[in-house]
Amino acid sequence: MAVGADIPAPATPLRAWLTGIAGRAEGLLLPVLALLAGFAVFAVFLLLLGKNPATFYALVYKAGFGTAFSWNNTLSRAAPLLFSALCVAVPARLGLVVIGGEGAIVLGGVMAGGLAMLLAGWPAILAMPLLALMAALVGAIWIGAVGALRQWRGVNETIASLLLAYIAIALMNHLVEGPLRDPASLNKPSTAPLAESLRVGDLPGWNVHWGLAVAVVCCILCWVLIERTTTGFGARIAGGNVRAAQVQGLPVTRLVVGFTALGGAFAGLAGYFEVSAVHGSANASLASGYGYTGILVAFLARHNPLAIIPVALLLAGFEASSGLVQRRMDLPDATMTVLQGFVFVSILASETLTGRISLTAWLNRKDTA
Amino acid sequence: MTSFLTRRRFLSTTAGLAGAATLGGLGRPARASGELTVGFIYVGPRDDYGYNQAHAEGAAVVKAMEGVTVIEEENVAETQDVQQTMESMINFDGATLLFPTSFGYFDPHILKVAPNNPDVRFEHCGGLWSAGMPANVGSYFGYIGMGQYLNGIAAGHATKSKKIGFVAAKPIPQVLLNINSFLLGARSVDPTIECQVIFTGEWSMAVKEAEATNALADAGADVITCHVDGPKVVMETAAARDCFICGYHANQSVLAPEKYLTGAEWNWATVYTDMVKKTMAGEPIDNFVRGGLAEGFIKMSPLGPAVSDAARAQFEDTKARIMSGGFAVINGPMKDNAGNVVATEGQAFEESDVALESMGYLVEGVIGSTS
Repeated sequence: MAVGADIPAPATPLRAWLTGIAGRAEGLLLPVLALLAGFAVFAVFLLLLGKNPATFYALVYKAGFGTAFSWNNTLSRAAPLLFSALCVAVPARLGLVVIGGEGAIVLGGVMAGGLAMLLAGWPAILAMPLLALMAALVGAIWIGAVGALRQWRGVNETIASLLLAYIAIALMNHLVEGPLRDPASLNKPSTAPLAESLRVGDLPGWNVHWGLAVAVVCCILCWVLIERTTTGFGARIAGGNVRAAQVQGLPVTRLVVGFTALGGAFAGLAGYFEVSAVHGSANASLASGYGYTGILVAFLARHNPLAIIPVALLLAGFEASSGLVQRRMDLPDATMTVLQGFVFVSILASETLTGRISLTAWLNRKDTA
Repeated sequence: MTSFLTRRRFLSTTAGLAGAATLGGLGRPARASGELTVGFIYVGPRDDYGYNQAHAEGAAVVKAMEGVTVIEEENVAETQDVQQTMESMINFDGATLLFPTSFGYFDPHILKVAPNNPDVRFEHCGGLWSAGMPANVGSYFGYIGMGQYLNGIAAGHATKSKKIGFVAAKPIPQVLLNINSFLLGARSVDPTIECQVIFTGEWSMAVKEAEATNALADAGADVITCHVDGPKVVMETAAARDCFICGYHANQSVLAPEKYLTGAEWNWATVYTDMVKKTMAGEPIDNFVRGGLAEGFIKMSPLGPAVSDAARAQFEDTKARIMSGGFAVINGPMKDNAGNVVATEGQAFEESDVALESMGYLVEGVIGSTS
């Protein structure tokens, strides 16, 4: 062995470039491989049921992404998921597991439905932003309270947010069946229908409401906040090690309450769009589980606000294809839930491989051989 | 860095799926001219022993008809999900007659999708179609309160504690009419009978339904019925508490044959075969369709072994009177359980009276409150 062999070879621009690419490729390749692994395991499951996996995946593609109608379907379903995933992902950067976005969604919806009755005569340009803002505020208070309970009372935020969601749904039922009920809503108690001028319309050329565009913008803004601002940097530090953050003088309490409130505001907005763009009034249909699917989206996206966008599209596509799969292959409606479960476990399990099958390490090993 | 990764991840995922699309037969199933594709949409599982099963049993009869293809989808939420399901059945399967069966599908979902698909007929269960709504939309329902009245007669004979129980989902007109009918049927046997009602607040919430049933049994009720989407939990819990049971929506006798008195069942096969025949013949369907026992929209489960001869005689006699038409459950003078007059002397609301579809009270003798 030559003298000085243990001195690392000087990095060439090529090697640095390759190493950079390899680092990025790992973050991309691992989830994709995990996704494919999940699909493969599910294919075995289908074979055991005597169904053809190729037909299954082709149907999923066709109904989720294959035609213009499929994209309408998928995008419509994605909008509420984007908001509800942000409600999980934003607090998650502080290490908080908030799973009660459903509560903020229904209360945001009730606020929009109830307040709209008072704003009937207002010009839309004032009333619509006010409705959205108030719905977001209710959501912010609801989930912000979870952060406050944790910071000041030491209450576990996961349990608190989940239990508060049940309270929120009960509160919604009470309000739409009692004080806020439109007497004309006989067999489905609801608030009075929103005035036409207050309804949110569709994106031009699509059957998808504006909530989708707003949600995408919110995802981008959250990414900027978390990755490109000092506040976001502070949040990530506090999420990594709360003691260290406190020692550094970071305002941990303000960050926790602020980030949970911000997440809740997005869930509140989801409720606003459900009422103003889909239902036209607030009623029990607001509690339809978007808050819970959002948890899945956020975890699959590793709480990265930008990654939420494709993940939400993927899951929305699964859900969009659920019906066609039921009808054509005579599979139960739980099929898509099973597929989502396989993918979820597969991607979470793949995280333990991060750094272990690193292309960077492989490149370096070849170098020293 | 992350943006690069996620975009790439997204693109490669969709590209992978695109590759998969080349596999498998994906075209719309071939359909000869003169044939009809009918779509049924359910809010819960098809085998819930209740609301959805009753519709699925009707769909099964349609499936056996010549020249008809039936497509079904279950567990479809009353959100934009159902709008997409309707569009999907129209776009991918060529359905031209749809039965979205849950009440909450009507407004705004059917009313939004129907104008975009003028060649498709939307028939909805329970809604109140009125002039000005899209012409390709119709609503149908049945006078199932009459069935609960007959349940009440069987219950009135079977109860020893003179107290019967009702597990209800929400205090809405359709449910209130059933509760009132159940009690009034029982009071036609013995006017001292009372009926306790517990609202669970949800259409499908097994835990609360079991709790409510136990609470009714604890309070002394010995015959129990319900109006929730899936009566299975109520029936099994009540039978386990040694109460008699009266069914609802579908036939639940298999769950507890010895305890099952009778049940108010939907008979949607009548409605569905009729509407499918009319559609295939190119005949118009009324936008507002209602019917009861006489029209075959509802039926009663066969009487169980616990039903006495006296009960059977009164049951059959009343059933014959209902079948002959003009029977009214709400007869004046009658008060609600807060003392307000709901029907004056001589006033009677026949089964077909639309006023019953906006009922907002519980009659005297019902223990419970609508708020």
